[in-house]
Amino acid sequence: MRQVGIVGIGHTKFGRMDFDLVDIMSWAALEAMKDAGITDGIDQVFVANMGGSAINHQTGIASSLVSRIFLEPAMAELIENGPASGSSAVKCGYMAIASGMADVVLVVGGERMREVTGWKATDFVATLSHPDAEYAYGLTLPAFAGIFARAYVERYGLTEKHLATLAVKAHRNASLNPFAHIEESATLSGIWDGPHRDVVNPIMADPLRLYDFCPVSDGAAAVVLCGLDVASRFTKHVPVRIAGIGQATDTHCVHNRADMLDLKAVRMAAERAYAMAGIGPKEISLAELHDAFLILEVAESEEVGFFERGQAKAAIERGETEVTGRIPINTSGGLKAKGHPVGATGVSQIHELVKQLRGQAEAGRQVAEPKFGLAVNFGGFGNNVVATILAKE
Amino acid sequence: MILDELEKRLRPPERPMPPYPPKYIVVASGQPLVIRQARHDDFPALLEAVEPLARVRKDFYDIVASRMYAELLGQYIHRVVDPYCLVGTIDGVIASIVNGRMIDEKRGMSYHTLTIHRGLRCGAHMFAAKMEYHMEYLGQDEVFIVAESFIGFKRWMIEYQLESRPELQHELGGAPSYVLTRALYDMYKPRLVAGTRPVPPEILATADELILPDEYPQIPGYKR
Repeated sequence: MRQVGIVGIGHTKFGRMDFDLVDIMSWAALEAMKDAGITDGIDQVFVANMGGSAINHQTGIASSLVSRIFLEPAMAELIENGPASGSSAVKCGYMAIASGMADVVLVVGGERMREVTGWKATDFVATLSHPDAEYAYGLTLPAFAGIFARAYVERYGLTEKHLATLAVKAHRNASLNPFAHIEESATLSGIWDGPHRDVVNPIMADPLRLYDFCPVSDGAAAVVLCGLDVASRFTKHVPVRIAGIGQATDTHCVHNRADMLDLKAVRMAAERAYAMAGIGPKEISLAELHDAFLILEVAESEEVGFFERGQAKAAIERGETEVTGRIPINTSGGLKAKGHPVGATGVSQIHELVKQLRGQAEAGRQVAEPKFGLAVNFGGFGNNVVATILAKE
Repeated sequence: MILDELEKRLRPPERPMPPYPPKYIVVASGQPLVIRQARHDDFPALLEAVEPLARVRKDFYDIVASRMYAELLGQYIHRVVDPYCLVGTIDGVIASIVNGRMIDEKRGMSYHTLTIHRGLRCGAHMFAAKMEYHMEYLGQDEVFIVAESFIGFKRWMIEYQLESRPELQHELGGAPSYVLTRALYDMYKPRLVAGTRPVPPEILATADELILPDEYPQIPGYKR
């Protein structure tokens, strides 16, 4: 099969943006093309977005983007796969090139969520749940996270301190990432054992607290993919190879799973990506895991094989997931602190891995000599997951 | 002398406002946010801190800062009756400011909340302190509130579930008015109002002389 690499990356700052959705996406797209050293020659555009019609009252977004940045007559489609839309769009880009249908693909993920209140944004994301069996009973994604966390805590003994430690890590990494939504540091003395913890870091979905959740963000990220056989067209950077992509689905309703804590789709997606790349979890130098809620970083780090079940907490205590640790996780700040414009997230994770594999991450969060990076983009409450492995060439 | 006589006629009756005992809140960064009542000699610094934000369109800083500047100036030069201002500092640097006034013994008028140091929920803590002042130190039953920014609406109207009273005319103009009642305050106090008193002297000392912010996250590239 034809090999595919990434030759350009672009990213807006995440946070609140006073531009329309397509402008936000255009910004990231043009940055990625500039990084690739091109102004045209794109065969196909895939756009990842979840809420354009629901929040921004906009459809036909891929067509609009192509026209806004003068890429006609490139082929263009919108990819919607919930919060995993970004990685699905990258996967589609990969398939388009691997099949020979395109040589150069632009993938753009973007979202503009802060146009509405946090409550409405939460409600919009919750539309991915089952409308009768879940949504009708008030099961939003934060509610699922609370239920999941309670079950995990009771089975494996994870504590609030473990999660707070991850929050501190996420904020520290984000504070070094110029694209991150959250710029402020957090400390254990502020959010875990401080005298005013219950007001500063209140319970949101028991046992999860405010600092266990990602913010609602606007933003976009983009990557330029090409067939490695045509990579000589791009001379600015050595391509970062897409070594493996795996995807798996699970039951739509969480209660239909034999064990809620068994994130089967995460495990299978990762296994498929490892198999395609011909490596295992031990070869991974760093990972971007989908931590819309910090409990997911814990559970996913076990499902992808970094730690045995229930052992992530010990790794947190040993600092193994810090930038300088054995397996750095979420060096970008993760969704938790970099931000989570849902359609952009999967592409943003790939952006971070490319930056790390190129050695271009900012001082203090650059991983030493990375070779393989893993991204896990978690759709639904684990019912559609895409894992991507990138390799330094 | 003539000027003094005229000045006397311009000023409202001056009544000392009850003190707001300083408190501090350890925010997420682990730093203490010291909240204290602004003194008359603080106002030049407060005005200077607010002024650059009057030209920031994003998040409605322009209208909030412009109005607060006028309100603080009004308080400073004695043009407002029964006003107050609370200032929050982190390491002595002005992080957030709130102000308002008494309408009468039982009703208060909330003016503005302006936060310079963002990302630590300083504005939320300062607004809560303002409501605490009205309810617990001024002994009032109701505070009239409007929002002029999205952030304000989310933080106050939604988070405190304020009572809507569109027929009530707030001093800030025609924006729909809301009211924090004592019942609402008592309901939300455990979740939203924090702070430790007394403030240890070494922490309180950091807030004695206000330090102007060197940078504003709202104004990229700004250097004082």
